[in-house]
Amino acid sequence: MELIEAIILAVLAASTPLLLAATGELVTERAGVLNLGVEGMMIVGAACGFGGAWLTGSIIIGALCGIVAGTLLSLVFALMTLGLAVNQVATGLALTILGIGLSGLIGAGFVGERITPAPHLHLPVLTDIPLVGRILFGEDAFVYLSLALVVAVWLFLYRTRAGLVLRAVGDNHVSAHALGYPVLKIRMFAVMFGGACAGLAGAYLPLAYTPFFIPGMTAGRGWIALALVVFASWRPGRLVVGAYLFGAVTILQLHAQGWGVGIPSQFMSALPYLATVIVLVLISRARTGGSTAPAALGTVFVPDR
Amino acid sequence: MQLVLEKRAERSNTIALVSPLIAIGLTLVTMSILFAILGKNPVSALAAYFIAPLTDSYSLQEIAVKATPLVMIAIGLSLCYLANAWNIGAEGQFLIGAVAGSWLAVKTQGTGAGPWVLPVMLLLGAAAGALYALIPALCKVKFGASEILTSLMLVYVADLFLDYLVRGPWRDPAGFNFPTTAEFDPVATVPILIEGGRLHLGAIIALVVVAAGAVLLGKTIKGFEIRVVGAAPRAARFGGFNSNQLVLLTFAISGALAGMAGIIEVAGPVGHLQPGISPGYGFTAIIVAFLGRLNPVGILIAGLFLALTFIGGEQAQIAMKIPLDVTKVFQGILLFYVLACDSLILYRFRLIFASRQVA
Repeated sequence: MELIEAIILAVLAASTPLLLAATGELVTERAGVLNLGVEGMMIVGAACGFGGAWLTGSIIIGALCGIVAGTLLSLVFALMTLGLAVNQVATGLALTILGIGLSGLIGAGFVGERITPAPHLHLPVLTDIPLVGRILFGEDAFVYLSLALVVAVWLFLYRTRAGLVLRAVGDNHVSAHALGYPVLKIRMFAVMFGGACAGLAGAYLPLAYTPFFIPGMTAGRGWIALALVVFASWRPGRLVVGAYLFGAVTILQLHAQGWGVGIPSQFMSALPYLATVIVLVLISRARTGGSTAPAALGTVFVPDR
Repeated sequence: MQLVLEKRAERSNTIALVSPLIAIGLTLVTMSILFAILGKNPVSALAAYFIAPLTDSYSLQEIAVKATPLVMIAIGLSLCYLANAWNIGAEGQFLIGAVAGSWLAVKTQGTGAGPWVLPVMLLLGAAAGALYALIPALCKVKFGASEILTSLMLVYVADLFLDYLVRGPWRDPAGFNFPTTAEFDPVATVPILIEGGRLHLGAIIALVVVAAGAVLLGKTIKGFEIRVVGAAPRAARFGGFNSNQLVLLTFAISGALAGMAGIIEVAGPVGHLQPGISPGYGFTAIIVAFLGRLNPVGILIAGLFLALTFIGGEQAQIAMKIPLDVTKVFQGILLFYVLACDSLILYRFRLIFASRQVA
């Protein structure tokens, strides 16, 4: 029982950065922009988040540093793809390469340092309920925040006028422009939101998941978050399922390594990546009737004057 | 007053020629600022990066050695990108090629096998790289799965597989537990071109690849199809070109080139299989492909230039204690500027003074 509880807690923690990053990217993609730089924004968010928390001793300031770093990088992306109409795939790759270098540079000063990780919620009585207490009422703030964010994004996309406009921009930017909506401005905000979420997701890793920073600690999570958006068919609700599924694969393979299953550890470590490939194939295959992707995803838009 | 981007009536050939140079210039300015922030003298830092490596024969050879895999991979990638197929997993194909070729080297170790070993290793590397690249290509063609994500995921898988082999079955028993295979036999090693130097046969192979790429793109129907499918998909459909087949073809070619580059690297400069055989060649090659404007000759020049940044980065670290990550930042910024400057081939900025009419 203790073990099951521990595994579920670990799964939630491992899923949270995926969920945060994927939620941000989902909004970006719903506006028709494909930002492949999630990994780069995450890793810089991790370095800046840890730096902020280590220098000030405050987890909140650390998280804010991560958010600001992610947003700034996403603005570079927005300037390139929206302002200069550059190919989004290539720019996203550039952002990732730049982010990996920058994070190494920023993080070099505090490799090997440790911080006190983000505290876990503790409510008298409730948290002490056996089995479900710690799972429901004993998480760190980011876990609750990530779930609240999904709800907020769902409400925004499907229950507000602004959300409708954002989806319209992502599905047909020419029509949206003709109706007088500022396509590029809306896209810029969507890209910034994606950057903020990716930065926060990256910051989560050193602030709550492991209380230290190591170069390359995102280890492809940004890419998995991108795959999750496809998995979720661009719907926020399904993101939760996908993120927790991937968190589970990550944690179970770690535990399996610990139990000494006769499979080499490297094969187990490869599981989340292989699972991503398989899931992408299955999802894309199931969707032969027509794509659910935003129709204008990844295309540049230069308004006619 | 407002600054707007608008499409040019025709692509600007002047900008097409000078844009890589403008991009490099802007990158150097940005790097100078970065060096100043890091508390280093920008002039001497840039000199350590870009001039010092050009002044001695060891470094010059080393630039060619580093450029070899970059150019080979980038030629393959440029075919993919021209056809609008996004292979970003060249790093994984490079590693799998290295693994497949090394298999023969490990199996024939100390058996006195003849000089057939190296050519077969190269073929194995190319074949394995091509097959590995065909996984994401098939997933795209058959199921519509994004080749960007699948090809990248397979990089991590290849990395872990290589790690498993050199820590497990292929580990050198006399290697003091280091995760590496034994040094390859001379018949399994890429020959050196200049006695006592580092320049090896791979450099010649890279040049052949450049020439072959130029012929394929410039002189053959397939090359024409590749360019049309990417530039004008509708026209390609009317022309009856099979775009799925071209995705498979370009992925296979780029995988084969990356795989062969991998085994050449292992059987050449490294001499044995171990983790960390690539400082990110597969990713840097993406920059090389774009900086070279997806043109074989351009890629050759761009490959030499980025190889220079690797060597310069190492020398700047030794001479001025500049962190190695600066090289990655440099490469990332360079790609940004290249893409931004390329945009000005098709678009131009215009200042609008009149108040804007709401659409």
